[in-house]
Amino acid sequence: MGENRNKFSPDHLRLDASAEAERIVSFIRDAVFTRLKRKGMVVGLSGGIDSSTVVALAVRALGADRVIGLFMPESDSSDDSLRLGQLLAKELGIKTFTEDISGILRGADCYRRRDEAIRTVVPEYHSGYKSKLVLSSLDSSEFRISYVVVESPEGEQRKVRLTAEAFLALVAATNFKQRTRKMMEYYYADRFLYAVAGTPNRLEYDLGFFVKNGDGSADIKPIAHLYKSQVYQLAGYLGVPQEIVNRPPTTDTYSLPQSQEEFYFSLPYDKMDLCLYGKTHRLPASEVAEALGMSEAQVERVYRDIDAKRAVARYLHMEPLLIEPIKEAVVDF
Amino acid sequence: MTPIEARVRQYVTDRLLFGRSDVVVEGDTSFLESGLIDSTGVLELVAFLEENFKVKVEDEDLIPANLDSINALTRFIQAKSPALADSRA
Repeated sequence: MGENRNKFSPDHLRLDASAEAERIVSFIRDAVFTRLKRKGMVVGLSGGIDSSTVVALAVRALGADRVIGLFMPESDSSDDSLRLGQLLAKELGIKTFTEDISGILRGADCYRRRDEAIRTVVPEYHSGYKSKLVLSSLDSSEFRISYVVVESPEGEQRKVRLTAEAFLALVAATNFKQRTRKMMEYYYADRFLYAVAGTPNRLEYDLGFFVKNGDGSADIKPIAHLYKSQVYQLAGYLGVPQEIVNRPPTTDTYSLPQSQEEFYFSLPYDKMDLCLYGKTHRLPASEVAEALGMSEAQVERVYRDIDAKRAVARYLHMEPLLIEPIKEAVVDF
Repeated sequence: MTPIEARVRQYVTDRLLFGRSDVVVEGDTSFLESGLIDSTGVLELVAFLEENFKVKVEDEDLIPANLDSINALTRFIQAKSPALADSRA
């Protein structure tokens, strides 16, 4: 028994949800009122587990009357995003605003630029089609190759490898969505003198699954230290509606339904969590493999994928570079 | 050094090292492990091969054994385009 006590298992990510909620609530209160000197918090609500958990924590920390929930649907959003977000907001009793950002996105030519990028590899693609971006699986090659999946109005699907130019143009165009949403969050933050919440979990924050100056921008990121499975534990403790907890994680960025694994992560979140924990704590791949029922070689591949993602994330996390530090402008808490 | 390897090395210097000729990349240095290439870089590499050597890179070709080092790339181009290798283009 003794030698198995510390054997690696999903238990390593088990939280004392009550204590963790208190720790975060106290952090939010201090951060918003004392350090940021704001009167409340704006949270963009997607109907997903992360933003739902953050807004529930914000209400505990600041009170429902100091939290604003923002719904920001656009043409490609799933109807569930708005419905589930509204369900939660009603339960929490917070004030909400709905901003359909499709008009802003059309003004920025987001959809036209996206469609043009796709047409360079699928010439027949037009606005009646649906699409999504997917990555090759880690099992097929250590190179993660980007493909676009298109669905014709007749429902026929096709998967086509992207060129570098098409991939970059497609991502640049769809990034308008995250940046527009953040712009809108800061509009409400300025209007009410509130702080803006960022809602990444640890997988997203560490591995760079966010848009720089889009969803990566915020005044406070209260769950960035938590693995996704820990966010679920916290959501359960906070009483986030079961329908939100049960919803599979989605990017809600493309017109075809897209899971986060096919877009970015190599594995379902619970396995990815444990691989990230193992990598971060320098656990041998064999130990993680045993806990997950995977082969050692598979975990080694995921470890290398984590390295590759962290390398890309470095740019995303980087502050603007200066010739020399300006000490008067450094805020030290 | 074959003309193919020379062109591959030039690509590595120009595109992966941003022109830094003081950095030495050995023939067997892994692009992935040394952080020289990411998933976008692989797609750029495919464009380089298809445009410069007129080879068709299939999905199943996209593996490190073919693309992850100067030596691997040189061998891959030679295998894909024997005529090119024979003419030492």
